[in-house]
Amino acid sequence: MDKKTLEWKKYLLVFVITSAIFFTAIFISNYFGQKKIEELRSIQNQISINILSSEIQTSLLEQFSCKDVSGTALSEELGSLGDKLVATESTRGITNLEVVELKRYYSLLQIKDFVLMNKVREKCGTKNVFIIYFYTQNCGECQKQGYVLTKLREDFPQLRVYSFDYNLDLSAIKTLISINKVKNTPPALLIDDNIYYGFKSIDDINEIIPQLDVWQKEMDKQKTASTTETAVK
Amino acid sequence: MVNLFIYTSLYLSLFFEVFLLITYLEKRPHMKKESEDRVIENYPSVTVIVPCFNEEKTIGGTVQSILDLDYPKEKLNIIIVDDGSKDNTFAVAKTFENNNQIKVFHKENGGKYTALNFALEQTTTDLVGCLDADSFVDKMALKRMLQYFDNEEIMAVTPSIKVHNAKSIIQLVQRVEYVWAILIKKMFSYMDAIYVTPGPFSIFRTEVFKKLGLYKHAYNTEDLEMAVRMQNNHYKIANSHTSYVYTVTPKTLKALYKQRLRWTYGFLKNSVDYKHLFFSKKHGNLGLFILPVATISIFTALYFIGNFLYLIANSLVEKVIKIQTIGLNFNFSKFFHFDWFFVNTEPIAIISLILLVTTIILILLSKKMVDGKIRFSLDLVYFLCLYAFIAPLWLGKALYNVAFSVTTTWR
Repeated sequence: MDKKTLEWKKYLLVFVITSAIFFTAIFISNYFGQKKIEELRSIQNQISINILSSEIQTSLLEQFSCKDVSGTALSEELGSLGDKLVATESTRGITNLEVVELKRYYSLLQIKDFVLMNKVREKCGTKNVFIIYFYTQNCGECQKQGYVLTKLREDFPQLRVYSFDYNLDLSAIKTLISINKVKNTPPALLIDDNIYYGFKSIDDINEIIPQLDVWQKEMDKQKTASTTETAVK
Repeated sequence: MVNLFIYTSLYLSLFFEVFLLITYLEKRPHMKKESEDRVIENYPSVTVIVPCFNEEKTIGGTVQSILDLDYPKEKLNIIIVDDGSKDNTFAVAKTFENNNQIKVFHKENGGKYTALNFALEQTTTDLVGCLDADSFVDKMALKRMLQYFDNEEIMAVTPSIKVHNAKSIIQLVQRVEYVWAILIKKMFSYMDAIYVTPGPFSIFRTEVFKKLGLYKHAYNTEDLEMAVRMQNNHYKIANSHTSYVYTVTPKTLKALYKQRLRWTYGFLKNSVDYKHLFFSKKHGNLGLFILPVATISIFTALYFIGNFLYLIANSLVEKVIKIQTIGLNFNFSKFFHFDWFFVNTEPIAIISLILLVTTIILILLSKKMVDGKIRFSLDLVYFLCLYAFIAPLWLGKALYNVAFSVTTTWR
């Protein structure tokens, strides 16, 4: 045997094993990726059922009292769906077709929820406040604006934040933009028919929406009440 | 394009590790047999050269460890060459002179390879080796190497190098690295692909230097060049994994950086000089597999760690911006709320995880090979946490130096 004969059989074996591991890893990754998409889909289905049921509730509003209209839980679900979409976007890329499709559907759900909640507010006089937020990809100020809005949404469940990618190819968003004449200079906030451009800090938004202060005071009161209650106990 | 590079290098790294594992499994019975001590009838004569430069503190221990070797005295000579030390090294060496096994020389400073060549020219024994004056040999080291020289084709035998007295974290990191290298060297020896005959106690047949010539400057990595030169001439090099040598390793990051920069730079420059070995079928595993992989791994490591650091920096910047805009806002319920959805399950993440696990398995197998059992210790954690961050320092600088022709020095 030649001294330097390569152990071809061994190389072949290693090749087979390595390839098997490699493709199993890719397979597993795809499996989890698919699971994640499925989870997003199922959340969306859940939300769309909830919206549908709220819609039916509103159309029945004439016959029922406003007490029965539920909705605050929905906003949280929309929020967590949004977080998951952002995460998927950052790992799979914003051009991934599945991601784009999910995003469009999510935007539609948000618009639906917005229209519905507006109706409820008109009919029942609930004190919900809405912020419609337009952003674009790769906009530095938008990242900061996102943090502010997430924080506000966490602090005030009654506040409803709907966020839209300005450039998403979706006619409903285009309509929303043209109705309100929103310019393509994100971040842009639409609050009670007024448009605000540029980054708005928590303090700025507190000024724009005085209702936030009221809610804050209410919550503080509740807090002190519950702490004195436990103290009494 | 970037993706192609990432996947190719991940595949290659995995291929390399699987290859090592398979070789390990295949050769395990072999290794067991080799580690049995055997009776030796005929001891060849051996010269051990101790080149030294400003090593007054360690040279005594080094020479004593050679004298303590389990080997017939009349067959073992020591040549100490002081390469123009500025401290008391020569005086310390002189104290050994009345031992008739030992010869002591002093010469003008000319670099380690000149000290080695100076002694090699006077060597008449069957075997010759060198022991750096910062290293110590185990009593059985030389004797255990003899079985490999029974095979007439084997022209040199390398030892297993351990870290002597690791104290600083940098040394503990190196301890793991050296243990891991013990397994790799052994596997390379089975693949006939050893490309370094380390300064501490590699033993050669003296004829190697008569036939292939003396040591060269070789960008201050003469021990690498000699091994590659031997491979180039199809001289076989074996590894005696049970022959232990203890070496003092750099204590500080700066010293380690200098040493590794020299090694990496030397590897790259010598690779250029011996580029005909690359992808040469005549040079088997070494030419077709080990040398190319060793070169590519420098780029791969740099890319991955660079990318990793970039991601960390990015998320740090994001955190800072977040704190700047909404203040410190620690949400406990969210922090402890685990949602698998946010775990990265992209192929690159999963394959990287597999690579990490395989690396840990290989290190543990090396530990088992050295200590006889698998024992978990803290240094492994240091290694896993730190090595990836410090290695790019010298890898990057070495590449830079090669690209822009900056030369490296010893100290």
